[in-house]
Amino acid sequence: MKRRDFITNTAAASTLVGMGGLGLSSCSNLGGKKITILHTNDVHSHIDPFPSSHSQYPNLGGVARRATLVEQIRNENPNTLLFDAGDIFQGTPYFNFYGGELEFKLMSKLKYDAATIGNHDFDNGVDGLLAQMPYASFEMLSANYDFSNTVLDGYVKPYKTYVVDDIKIGVYGLGIALDGLVTKRLYKETRYLDPFEIASDMERQLKEEELCDLIICLSHLGYDYENPQRPSDTQLAQRTSHTQLIIGGHTHTFLEKPDVRINQNGDSVLVNQVGCYGLNVGRIDFYFDATKKATAQGVSISV
Amino acid sequence: MVSCKEGPQQLSKIEGKQLPINASLEEVDSIASFVAPFRNRINEVLDSTLAYAPKPFLLDDGKRNTSMGNLMADIVFEEAAPLFKSRTGNDLDFVVLNYGGVRSIISEGNVSARNAYEVMPFENRIAIVEMSGSAVRELISFLINATRRHPFSGMQIVLDKKGSLESVNIQGMPFDENRTYFVGTSDYLVQGGPSIGFFKDTLSTTDIDYFLRNAIIDHFRKVDTLNAVVDDRFIQLD
Repeated sequence: MKRRDFITNTAAASTLVGMGGLGLSSCSNLGGKKITILHTNDVHSHIDPFPSSHSQYPNLGGVARRATLVEQIRNENPNTLLFDAGDIFQGTPYFNFYGGELEFKLMSKLKYDAATIGNHDFDNGVDGLLAQMPYASFEMLSANYDFSNTVLDGYVKPYKTYVVDDIKIGVYGLGIALDGLVTKRLYKETRYLDPFEIASDMERQLKEEELCDLIICLSHLGYDYENPQRPSDTQLAQRTSHTQLIIGGHTHTFLEKPDVRINQNGDSVLVNQVGCYGLNVGRIDFYFDATKKATAQGVSISV
Repeated sequence: MVSCKEGPQQLSKIEGKQLPINASLEEVDSIASFVAPFRNRINEVLDSTLAYAPKPFLLDDGKRNTSMGNLMADIVFEEAAPLFKSRTGNDLDFVVLNYGGVRSIISEGNVSARNAYEVMPFENRIAIVEMSGSAVRELISFLINATRRHPFSGMQIVLDKKGSLESVNIQGMPFDENRTYFVGTSDYLVQGGPSIGFFKDTLSTTDIDYFLRNAIIDHFRKVDTLNAVVDDRFIQLD
């Protein structure tokens, strides 16, 4: 689709510049740029809206409606990326019958850009996840699951960068500890690595080597736990230095508004999660100015 | 061209909000029509009647055991025992499940595969655990002290007036701590490890490649009428 005109991966972006494709966007809005990030989490195979008789979520959710919303926002701002924070699978017979094929095909139709892997995405094993990979036109990102001794080796990347309207965006994925949560028979030789350490590595790489303007983490760690040693999004926000947005999942947390935490550099980090079952879509707009006014007095956040 | 290159970008402002997905949003036709045939097929399979429930099967209708819990545990025993026997030559002694693993009641009326999906939405398999007599004693203590009515089948536990153990029979025979037992359960409880409390100490585990939900559906197909009541498998004397 036309989206390729303004959202390209890094390699293709340099080609575009060389071919003079720059004229498309970069001169047009010297006054500032706006990047829109849309996100879901824990959709759990909820493809249809809940029935109107449902006691908790009557007539809410539904992927065909979500498609309309995403389309509207993309029309309003073509510089939009769409992400999911995991647990795409398990929760309705669509998954039991078709193993996740529909979920991935629909996310591809909605033009998701990337997703991370939740614990329930292992419910048909690493083999079951691999079997659905051909239906995903989006990237699966996980930096702290080492799949090198599994069939998923080479199918999951730690991070991906996107160049949108000349803004470079780095996105990495983090998953939850599998032991005790997912049976070994399913995750097999997948190795879980410390998410705090991996996050530091990722954001350093994205900041210093990839020179990203914006760094986003897709996390399935869970929003917040009593034990501060247990990896969570709120802990991650406070322990990292360059990650600006953490899109969370796992705990099915309905936040009234995105949470703002302070990182190791004293800067603000947004932590967001939009409940579950495709009942909501999160929207975060990032506004950029050219650095001519070099004394940017921090970032104004309105949530 | 070069002149309009702006150099590094500075983040100046962030706005965040949550957008609800509700009926005010039209459906994208191409998405709705893509999903429809899959939905129709699922409904066709799930809604065809397999059995009949002459009464509701509930999870709170007995003090120490419930009709829905008993139905589930009995189904797992009946469906797993012949398979386990043919695979290993061994007899299944009893079945223990977790109360929280039975995710729904069954209402009175026609019973379909949809009921099986509601009762057991997860992809858990039946596991057969071999346990020493002393480990079985610990499991029995766990069941007695649990606040939730964990379903079991093939075993009877009787408590005296004070709530102490009066007797345990397994397959109609008094519990013998000097032998080993084969216990059917959900692989979730076995692989969940000691923290879950059920199977702290096991000798071996046999996977019979049988999903719990498939055992339920197979049972629905086999019988005309579902049958389970609150009974004396776990009682306290008064």
